[in-house]
Amino acid sequence: MTDTPAACTVKAAVALELGETVTDQSRPGVFVTDVTFPHGQAVKIQEISFKNYYTAFLTVRMQVRDAAQEGSCKWVTCLRNYRLMPNPHTEQGSQDYYSIYRQQMLVEPDDVTLVRFILRQPSASWLNFTLEEIKLYLCPGEDSEKEVPAWLSHLTPVDQPPDLQGLPDPQSVSSSIQQMWALTEVMQTQQTAAPIGRFDVDGCYDVKLLSYM
Amino acid sequence: MRECKQRALGGYRKRKCYLRYIFFLFSLPPGHTAAPPQHMKEPLAYMRKAQASWENRILKSLNSMCTELGVPLAHKRSTQEQKELINKWNEMGTDEPDLSHFRPVYAPKDFLEVLISLRNPNHDCSEQANSRSHWGLIQVPLGVRDIPEMREAFPELGMMTGQLGIDDHTQVPPDLFETEHVRVGKRVVNEQDSAAAQQYSRQGCPTGLRADLWALILNCTNEPEDVMHYEQLKSAVIIHDLLVDNLIYKDVKLTASNDDYYFVFEDYLYQVLLCFSRDTAVLEHFSYNSATPPKSYIKDKQGVEDFTVVYPPNGVIPFHGFSMYVAPLCFLYNEPARLYRVFREMYVRYFFRLHSISSSPSGIVSLCLQFEKLLQTHLPQLFYHLREIGAQPLRIAFKWMVRAFSGYLSTDQLLLLWDRILGYDSLEIVAALAAAVFAFRAENLMEVMSLAAAEAVLADLSTLKVMPLLQIFLFATAI
Repeated sequence: MTDTPAACTVKAAVALELGETVTDQSRPGVFVTDVTFPHGQAVKIQEISFKNYYTAFLTVRMQVRDAAQEGSCKWVTCLRNYRLMPNPHTEQGSQDYYSIYRQQMLVEPDDVTLVRFILRQPSASWLNFTLEEIKLYLCPGEDSEKEVPAWLSHLTPVDQPPDLQGLPDPQSVSSSIQQMWALTEVMQTQQTAAPIGRFDVDGCYDVKLLSYM
Repeated sequence: MRECKQRALGGYRKRKCYLRYIFFLFSLPPGHTAAPPQHMKEPLAYMRKAQASWENRILKSLNSMCTELGVPLAHKRSTQEQKELINKWNEMGTDEPDLSHFRPVYAPKDFLEVLISLRNPNHDCSEQANSRSHWGLIQVPLGVRDIPEMREAFPELGMMTGQLGIDDHTQVPPDLFETEHVRVGKRVVNEQDSAAAQQYSRQGCPTGLRADLWALILNCTNEPEDVMHYEQLKSAVIIHDLLVDNLIYKDVKLTASNDDYYFVFEDYLYQVLLCFSRDTAVLEHFSYNSATPPKSYIKDKQGVEDFTVVYPPNGVIPFHGFSMYVAPLCFLYNEPARLYRVFREMYVRYFFRLHSISSSPSGIVSLCLQFEKLLQTHLPQLFYHLREIGAQPLRIAFKWMVRAFSGYLSTDQLLLLWDRILGYDSLEIVAALAAAVFAFRAENLMEVMSLAAAEAVLADLSTLKVMPLLQIFLFATAI
């Protein structure tokens, strides 16, 4: 899994309604949110994570590049009516964090150019529903550098002797570290499971008033 | 050889306890890697907000009491005072300080008002929607179990299963259930298996084995470290004088000392509660409790991060009736250190849920809602009648539930109820019992015409038999 989410644009949700006029009396039960990638880039998705806000069911459709036909795209359904709230009328799951992994999807999300979230809430109890903090994580590519931690790529090649000028003698450093290591070992063996549980600061616990948050 | 085997068995037993603890941790709501810590405390934002503003109210009340009376929240005792306290440690009840100026920070009644005003801002509360909503006072749409779901979740309480509290009645021959149940109980204690003890407790614990079984369920081994920890807490009590000590003192005087069953334990209660207030190990439970411990600064170091302290050291401000969580346990344990450990464990697993605002199924909000829904669904006529005469059932039942019925039932019955709390690792049974009590007194309640009269009908619960009431309500009600 990669640590940073992919750059993407989450568009405003569009309500799906019958007829043309939006009335106050009825609230829509379906919202659609699109997520696009910069420069029409095609990506390979590993994980989708988000925070729910009163959405009961989630369907995810993706627009992928058609391998058979150069330059054309097709729609695939990766997730169908995934249940986010066990009971749409009650709170459970309503504000929880979720992750949908590649393995859970019906179709492998490769070469994706657009992700469409279709949110459904059959209960009329809620004034609004949406998904928050939508983040997409991409598969680390086979040749991408992301797989290799940054510090590894900066290692000095073996044939080039490192510049040691101004640094202390490696021998003395290693011997002092050994002593420190021995000390920590001793500490660890002597440690008891019970915490000391001090609540005072340097023996003082004179408190006048409580402070507000 | 034998010694070797025993040692190995000892390790195994310990491991069982440890595994049980791991299991307990896993039973907590699963955390998502992206979820911030406060989401672990309580997933619903409006509940967190309500809890925070309730805490602020408590802080204000405590601060204004400090200012009015001119007493600090905490200070060090003089050497003379420390000596005096050491001398009277075992008879703190004989002291009669003037506490008339101290008032409890809040009473369950105040807390109920907060729960009644709780609303989800995303919930449709319009007229049209209200017609289908329920008649009770709690207006948050939490999911709570109805009777069929309770039957599924609490199968061992059914008619076909033997129960202590029913099948140990003097008229029932002991061969039918009791003798065998006690025998199995002894085996469970010998095996030191925590999970087995929990399962066993669902059918009730025999009086002679209860103390060991509960300690086993809660993983409270009586190790020398526990005794040492208790002694440390005791010395912390002796060194520092806290304002909350007065609240504890006053609470014990007002509740347990006036109780026919518990007054004899007055001294124990002071010891346990004072030590509890100094125990920083209690702070750990705030990672899964919606409440946040109050903060303060040492003396004149206002705003300096290094001098921040939690007040009281365990982060729990006691309210009116708090000592009733400890009182029933005094019947089970006579060594203070063991009594203390069991109480602390009961608090960080169950009792904290009874006075913090959360969406947990064992939280007080869910319990209130469950009580109201059970009553409305299965006794609609009674609910409607009480509501019409201005006697909302929750106004009567709330005080029972906040204390998990401690101080309302007779002790033997209360312990049978708490057996099931431990056995099912849930407080839902408390809401079911509250509804069952109303069902039992339904005929009398239908005749009352005022809140006071309804309260009078339900004033004395000490003659009730808990298990038959629960069994009839959950398993013999037509659905």
